[in-house]
Amino acid sequence: MLAFSLVSGFALSAFVIVLAFLFQNTAVGASVMQRFGVSLVNYTLLNLPQVLMDGLTLGFVYAAIALGYTMVYGVLEFINFAHSEIFAIGAFVGVEVLIALAAYGLIGGQNSLLSAYLWLLVALLAGMLVAGTMAVLVERIAYRPLRGAPRLVPLISAIGVSFFLQDAIRLIESVTTGQFHRIIPAFGNFDNRIPLFTVAGNTVDIQIKSLIVIVAAIIMLVGLNYLVNATKVGKAIRAVAQDRATASLMGIDVNRIISMTFLIGGTLGGAAGVLYALKFTRIDPFVGFFPGLKAFTAAVLGGIGNLTGALLGGIVLGLLETFAGTYMSIFTMGVAGAEYKDIFAFGILILVLIFRPQGLMGENVAQKA
Amino acid sequence: MSQVSFNRLLETARQGRWPYILTLAHVLIGALLVYFSPRSNIAFLLLLSSLGTLYALPTDRRFKVILGAFIALVVMPIVGVRNIFYLEIIFQISVFVALALGLNIVVGFAGLLNLGYVAFYAVGAYLWAFFGSQQYYVLPFAPGTQPTDLPFLLPGDAFYLFLLLAIIVAALTGILLGLPVLRLRGDYLAIVTLGFGEVIRQLANNLDKPLNFTNGPQGITPIQRPTLPQFAVDAFNALFQPIIGQPVATATLYNVMFYLLALLVIIVIIIVTIRLEDSKIGRAWTAIREDETAAIAMGVPLVRLKLTAFAVGASFAGVMGALMAASRTFVSPESFSFMQSIGVLSMVILGGVGSIPGVILGAATVTILNLQVLQGLSLYLSQLRQSDAVIPIINFAWRDLSTQLDPAKYQRLLFGIILIVMMIFRPAGIIPAQRRQRELASEHADEKQPA
Repeated sequence: MLAFSLVSGFALSAFVIVLAFLFQNTAVGASVMQRFGVSLVNYTLLNLPQVLMDGLTLGFVYAAIALGYTMVYGVLEFINFAHSEIFAIGAFVGVEVLIALAAYGLIGGQNSLLSAYLWLLVALLAGMLVAGTMAVLVERIAYRPLRGAPRLVPLISAIGVSFFLQDAIRLIESVTTGQFHRIIPAFGNFDNRIPLFTVAGNTVDIQIKSLIVIVAAIIMLVGLNYLVNATKVGKAIRAVAQDRATASLMGIDVNRIISMTFLIGGTLGGAAGVLYALKFTRIDPFVGFFPGLKAFTAAVLGGIGNLTGALLGGIVLGLLETFAGTYMSIFTMGVAGAEYKDIFAFGILILVLIFRPQGLMGENVAQKA
Repeated sequence: MSQVSFNRLLETARQGRWPYILTLAHVLIGALLVYFSPRSNIAFLLLLSSLGTLYALPTDRRFKVILGAFIALVVMPIVGVRNIFYLEIIFQISVFVALALGLNIVVGFAGLLNLGYVAFYAVGAYLWAFFGSQQYYVLPFAPGTQPTDLPFLLPGDAFYLFLLLAIIVAALTGILLGLPVLRLRGDYLAIVTLGFGEVIRQLANNLDKPLNFTNGPQGITPIQRPTLPQFAVDAFNALFQPIIGQPVATATLYNVMFYLLALLVIIVIIIVTIRLEDSKIGRAWTAIREDETAAIAMGVPLVRLKLTAFAVGASFAGVMGALMAASRTFVSPESFSFMQSIGVLSMVILGGVGSIPGVILGAATVTILNLQVLQGLSLYLSQLRQSDAVIPIINFAWRDLSTQLDPAKYQRLLFGIILIVMMIFRPAGIIPAQRRQRELASEHADEKQPA
């Protein structure tokens, strides 16, 4: 896992450096010289470590969401379109808890750092709990009656759930708070930056909250890996994923296991939502849409149904997106830049589906009709 | 007991002369009510629903066509001219009927779930928006910096040519999208088309540099309209002046013209759909929808037929896009969001996938819910907010209600509920396609047989 992210990071860096050398003596190089006063190669090199760090953080956010898609897909072969809204619910619950805590004076201001971290953990757990419950409810109401129907029927229902939840969040927020944009209160030292190392007089640093995101995502993956591969429930989940009918003949309560899968996926999605809110501070009811689609892309990229694949896909996608967002504008001299980063993932999704539908490390899904 | 007599009543309504009498009565009452109280929503809905009665009751086919054409071509424009709000609603309904019928070909016949259908609509809209406005001369200017006295590239009458061009360009876009992705399985295809829809929207949003093609988020305006044919204006005034009672404004006449153009497109779509349904292509589509592997085994050229479905569906959206651009004289990326695609999809699902009358009903219902019910609720709430009214038991003053709570903005809730409820309780729609009806009947027959 670590090796893989290093390899993809290095590959991308090498690609950008080669590009920089190639364009050094063209109009691109001249424009960078004019704007920043350094040569194109130097500019690229100076930026690289920070871009790698940011890309990695973004990648872990995607990976945390992608785990939920991949869990459900592995068991039901069904794209849980509403997962992005489960994620948004997690984010909202977390933020509302923190806002309430700030209103009671429990976080921010004079409170100790330790309490900040503890209350963040509480908000995280609250987000996970509500999101997980919602995911189970959604499965019970909107997906379970459709099990066994043609493949597109539950997908359409899931799209309906996704739309319904977006406006339901908005409705609740509008009625209770009078607005539907929420901003996470400032507390703790999460915005501070830790210097990591210095390259040619340039300090590369990482925000504490980015570090939290990365650590939390790794804990989630390790925990999930343990749960799926080393516990009795995990064994049951794998059995249901492999063959539902046989699993039920072996005495496994299939419905319970599927609920369990949604609970786990929803919990992880909720945690990802709180982490996202921590990292990007501002949320609205439609916040899940793009991260959700990108996480789905990440899951497909890594091989949908495969847990490690989801992490790898997330990291690759996060790195690619950050690289594109930073360097595309420079190499195209401002013609196309970061404004295309939201659709960048779709290009990758289409390319992956055409050339390697099984993803980086998954089985071939395109053949499984 | 009451159930029995109700059934008997229904039985009677379907026999002898009764269907004709009832239909005519419905139309007449509706028309008279609208005539005497042009502001009443109920009267208007009654008149609209008479088309449903006309469809549902067993009358002679010629009677249906003639009366339906009379309502659509004569009664509706008069109603619309007398109350512009209704003209807007019937125009919107006809636009969405056309879009839903187009999507129905892709989803209903070929079984390809296209979640980015609105992209083709955008292609048609931006096609005419670019060539029918000053945008060609704005190309070197950043948004907001162009001089004001630029000429138009083409005369407004080129619009009719661009209606045809929009068909071709949108169909080509459909093929372009379809080629790489059509070998994907259904649910992947859906996500990719969703992505494609977003890509088109973002392109419209961002292609204001290096050359200003789309004017970015501000959108392109003004877009030209074709000139009104003078003889038609004269004829309209001569015929309907006595009924309407006042001279008709040019802007209203334009709206009538665009409504009639939209009707023309709908008629073409319906004819094409019916002719396709039972053709070799249509049957091949059904085969693909039901079982891809079996279809291939039977020698159905899979990719070519899927591309055909994509192209046919896309071309209809393209035409409606160009029409919409001209009628609004304005396009902006906002009109082509994912929510629009889902809105059209929920119309198809609500009415009945693959069923023409169903899709028309679905489109009309959702549009009315959107434009009349949700906006009516908004209006009602804002009135309550201005009043001193208080909800009794919980002692909540309406004035304190958030202004964010505007039902007109809650379309997603509506679409979401429609999609979920229909999928769970009636996946074939309100008026199921006849083929599905037969399938369902035979399934039930199978169940009754002892195993």
